[in-house]
Amino acid sequence: MNLRQLGIVYRKELIDLLRDRRTILSMFVVPVVVMPLLMAGLGFVGFKVARQAMQETPRVMVLGGEDSPQTLAALHALKNCVFVPPSPDYAAQISSKSVRAAVEIPAGFEVALATGAAGTVRIYEYQGEIKSEAAAGVLQKFFREWRADTVQQRLAQHNLPDDFITPFAIEETNVAPPEKVSGNLVGAIIPYLIIMMCLAGSIYSAVDLTAGEKERGTMETLLCSPVARVNLVLGKCLMVLTVSLVAVLLSLCSTGLSFVVLASMATSFGAARELSLTINPVSLLLVFGLMVPVTLFFASLMLAVGLFSRSVKEANSYLQPLMIFMFIPAVSATLPGLELDLWLALVPVLNISLISKEILSGTYHWGYIALIFSTTCLYAGVALRVAVMLFQRESVLFRT
Amino acid sequence: MIDVHQLSKVFQDKKRGAIQAVDRVSFRCEPGQIFGLLGVNGAGKTTCLRMLATILQPTSGSATVAGHDLVAAPEKVRAQVGFLSTATALYDRLSAFELVRYFGRLHGLSDAVLDPRIDEIFALLGMQEFRDRRCGKLSTGMKQKVSIARTLVHDPPVMIFDEPTLGLDVLSARTIVGFIRDCRARGKTVIFSSHVMSEVEKLCDQLAIIHDGRLLAEGTLAQLRERTGRADLEDIFVHYVEEKR
Repeated sequence: MNLRQLGIVYRKELIDLLRDRRTILSMFVVPVVVMPLLMAGLGFVGFKVARQAMQETPRVMVLGGEDSPQTLAALHALKNCVFVPPSPDYAAQISSKSVRAAVEIPAGFEVALATGAAGTVRIYEYQGEIKSEAAAGVLQKFFREWRADTVQQRLAQHNLPDDFITPFAIEETNVAPPEKVSGNLVGAIIPYLIIMMCLAGSIYSAVDLTAGEKERGTMETLLCSPVARVNLVLGKCLMVLTVSLVAVLLSLCSTGLSFVVLASMATSFGAARELSLTINPVSLLLVFGLMVPVTLFFASLMLAVGLFSRSVKEANSYLQPLMIFMFIPAVSATLPGLELDLWLALVPVLNISLISKEILSGTYHWGYIALIFSTTCLYAGVALRVAVMLFQRESVLFRT
Repeated sequence: MIDVHQLSKVFQDKKRGAIQAVDRVSFRCEPGQIFGLLGVNGAGKTTCLRMLATILQPTSGSATVAGHDLVAAPEKVRAQVGFLSTATALYDRLSAFELVRYFGRLHGLSDAVLDPRIDEIFALLGMQEFRDRRCGKLSTGMKQKVSIARTLVHDPPVMIFDEPTLGLDVLSARTIVGFIRDCRARGKTVIFSSHVMSEVEKLCDQLAIIHDGRLLAEGTLAQLRERTGRADLEDIFVHYVEEKR
């Protein structure tokens, strides 16, 4: 390895790539503009839809209940519903969204209630439809209260205390620190986003520096120079690494920012359980540190594939399935319940995703962190070795 | 100086098996002379020259270029060689100056040595006008000049040209031919390949006929005329190729 030569190659590739609009697009524009826009846009639309659903006064239908005037009167007194006359095609009307929900009061409801059990009050809704569910929720709340009142009256009639029916209370208390709560929420997504950005950021430059050079005929020119092939590969690899790390760093910053925006949106919306989206900067830094060998691994892998390919087109057709293949471990880490163990710590990409999730939720398993960092370095080293080897094989360089 | 001894190259092809691209070729090129490698397409000219430029490794045999062994010291050989072919393209996004400087730096030259040297070469080739223009925006003739400047930047004693005029128009081809003569005048060892008889006839001091990877004849044009009893190079060429059959 010759540092001077490596530096010359690196500097030239940097200038070359920075003058290419497509690199700028994949390195800067996508992570800085597209990602936050995507997230903020999704958040905005999501909150807006939820708010609208809450604000709409749903149209509701009451079926039966002619012999229960008290219940009907109380129902009609509900301010947050508009009542429409009953109709036998209520199910169709709910499906077509002209009515959001319907409630069926059994015959002789009030008479039966006075003496004992009054059967079942049935609420019809369109599950999965947020506005229908909200309307059904209003109806359900009304009948729950109605039932609770009835229970209270009965207890009073029989001179029984309240705790007759609630002999003890149950309460859930969260002991996890706020970071842990947000970590589980955010920590699963962030490593996935970073890995995605890292791949998207480097794929173009890796292909351009290898298969692209072959296609444009500059590879042969480069091979005539007295620079050892190792230095050419290392210079190129360093360049791809730079591009990926810049993309990762930028996407980390922009993702962090969009989370802040998203959180403030959530608060302004007045979400009952306020999303706490705090991320410890030290954790973020640690995750970034772990991403360095992963990025090197990806860069070497893509360089190797690019070198092997005859053209940019061929390289892309190899790399696209590879990218999807890499997404599988990255996405698996977002699954709840998948926990890091000694075996999973050896699976490339998946191990990084899992440990990042832990780190972002404020738990530092130093043993695992060290193990994963070193195994990833090892994988990156092997991939780089393969790339260097391929660059020394003329059957690969002059593949026809 | 180039000394080639029993140089061979075998390619492995999945479908066709082993292909003998160059078969035990031996010849010598002297400084201050132009050595021409004449052959049809696929005769093994490019493979032979690529081996001499150490872009490909020989399967067997040996050669020394400017005193360095091809296999033992490929990087030293490359430092002594300027290699130009129609396949050696330029980086579109670098300017003419940046490109030549990049290759100068790769040859280990410091900027203090390089910058005046590049200026000198650019002046010589009349390239000042497009010095800072990106290579991608240059005309074919201009690109050709940049390529020449690239091969000259480290002042190599040995020049290897692989079909340098292929696909060029008359004027661009003239630039190249003039440049090759220039190299000879400056005492460089020049080897060049072509399938154009007239070009070889005009330029070469020594020539060799290569066919199916084998060297069929070697000598000066006068010697070949004498041996075959024919005057026209094309007739000489056909004579050797048919004799082989």
